[in-house]
Amino acid sequence: MTGVAEVIAGVHRDEWARVVATLARRCGDLDIAEEMAAEAFATAVERWPVDGVPPNPGAWLTTTAHRKAIDRLRREARREDKHKEALMLSGPPEPAGAVEDDRLRLLFTCCHPALAVETRIALTLRMVGGLTVPEIARAFLVSEAAMAQRITRAKAKIKAAGIPYRVPSHEDLPVRLAGVLTVLFLIFNEGYLVSEPGEDAVRDDLTTEAIRLTRLVRALLPSDGEVAGLLALMLLTQARRPARVSANGELVALAEQDRGAWDRSLVDEGHALVRGCLAAGRAPGRYQVLAAINAVHTDALDVRDTDWSQVVALYDQLVRLDPSPIVRLNRAIALAELDGPEVALAELAGLPLEDYHAYHAARADLLRRLGRSSEARAAYDRAVELTGNAAEVAYLVRRRDQLAR
Amino acid sequence: MAQYLFNVLHDSSELATDEEMTAIRAFNKQIQADGHWVFAGGLAGPDTSTVVDGRHSEPVYTDGPYLESKEFIIGFWIIEAADLDVALKLASQASLHCNRRVEVRPVLSA
Repeated sequence: MTGVAEVIAGVHRDEWARVVATLARRCGDLDIAEEMAAEAFATAVERWPVDGVPPNPGAWLTTTAHRKAIDRLRREARREDKHKEALMLSGPPEPAGAVEDDRLRLLFTCCHPALAVETRIALTLRMVGGLTVPEIARAFLVSEAAMAQRITRAKAKIKAAGIPYRVPSHEDLPVRLAGVLTVLFLIFNEGYLVSEPGEDAVRDDLTTEAIRLTRLVRALLPSDGEVAGLLALMLLTQARRPARVSANGELVALAEQDRGAWDRSLVDEGHALVRGCLAAGRAPGRYQVLAAINAVHTDALDVRDTDWSQVVALYDQLVRLDPSPIVRLNRAIALAELDGPEVALAELAGLPLEDYHAYHAARADLLRRLGRSSEARAAYDRAVELTGNAAEVAYLVRRRDQLAR
Repeated sequence: MAQYLFNVLHDSSELATDEEMTAIRAFNKQIQADGHWVFAGGLAGPDTSTVVDGRHSEPVYTDGPYLESKEFIIGFWIIEAADLDVALKLASQASLHCNRRVEVRPVLSA
């Protein structure tokens, strides 16, 4: 019966969010929903190897969790709150609204703007993603106790402050959805970039989880361009992962990557999403533009085939949406390929990014290409000083040490 | 329906200007019409405050606020709203009208 453990893991991946979300609506309490869902899965681990896997595992888990919740609320009701039991037994009022999936309600609740950003991330990974508290604590390098407390506090605030369990109204949806996508992108980046020294350069579990959650949002809101854009952006970034770090743990710059090692199926899926966004003819938001930039890069099988004028044009579009210094930095890096390093260096001057490692890394590279070795060396030194990622440090040090004396 | 306390945060001894008072009155009228109003009031500055400890045989009076801080509460609303989303929308209107930041705290139901 080795298969049962795998089946349970698969069902956990596919059904956890639905079980928690359904339960949260039925009993109006995230805490109980989470706890009873976990207990239902524990029961499955016990029963399914003996009784066999039920024909509809998701329904079995929801029913089991719901029964446990009723038992729990009855016990509590006997002690204190009669009202709650009445509510449970009369059946919850079925909510009305535009988009009706409990998982979407759960996601919007976990990403509510009244919660701190790091809390939204933790709550989303626990309640929607089904990661355990120790897993989340490990991913964010905090103690299990601290992470458990963060999640407990968040659930208590949701309850006491009356954060509603619902998909926002039509007028609020764009802003609130942008908040959800920010959380998903932060989870992805945390996995992809890893800012803490001594950590693996790529933490697959978080990137995989972010993609899975974004796929879920896409399934629930299939007509939203920014959701499609974010998913495409993640897929096209993840596709390059096999080529991103060398065998000896050094970061490989995009221009030097073995493009044959890219994951073609992820590239194809990302490209299809970008084409879909273009075909829709809407004014694209920032995720769609970022995805399009990544689509241009992944379109070139050789870095020399990169359509740099297209990349710069897309960055121009991005600057109009988000004129932040980091976007202008990235535009300047692309501009170097089109108009040369001198022009790009002039663009960098005056950007308020003195404490940002990528700014100094970009300057160092431009100075190196202009043959200004001693200035390049100083810029590499500064970049190394500021970066926390071991793979990136290895890359920068090698580049610095290759400079002409 | 839940109740929420809006604390109006302030950091100087200046009171609300005439324009601010006019805006606050207009906001109050609106939330009364919309059924959110419970109570509201402006407060005198923290230097007028007295802290009382009546848990002992003789009450102890202390001149001044219980917390020395740069910011203090200069006024408040108690409003009624279906949930936090509604309360946060009202609070952002309240903040705009009184021209100060507002802290939203749920009032515990009995």
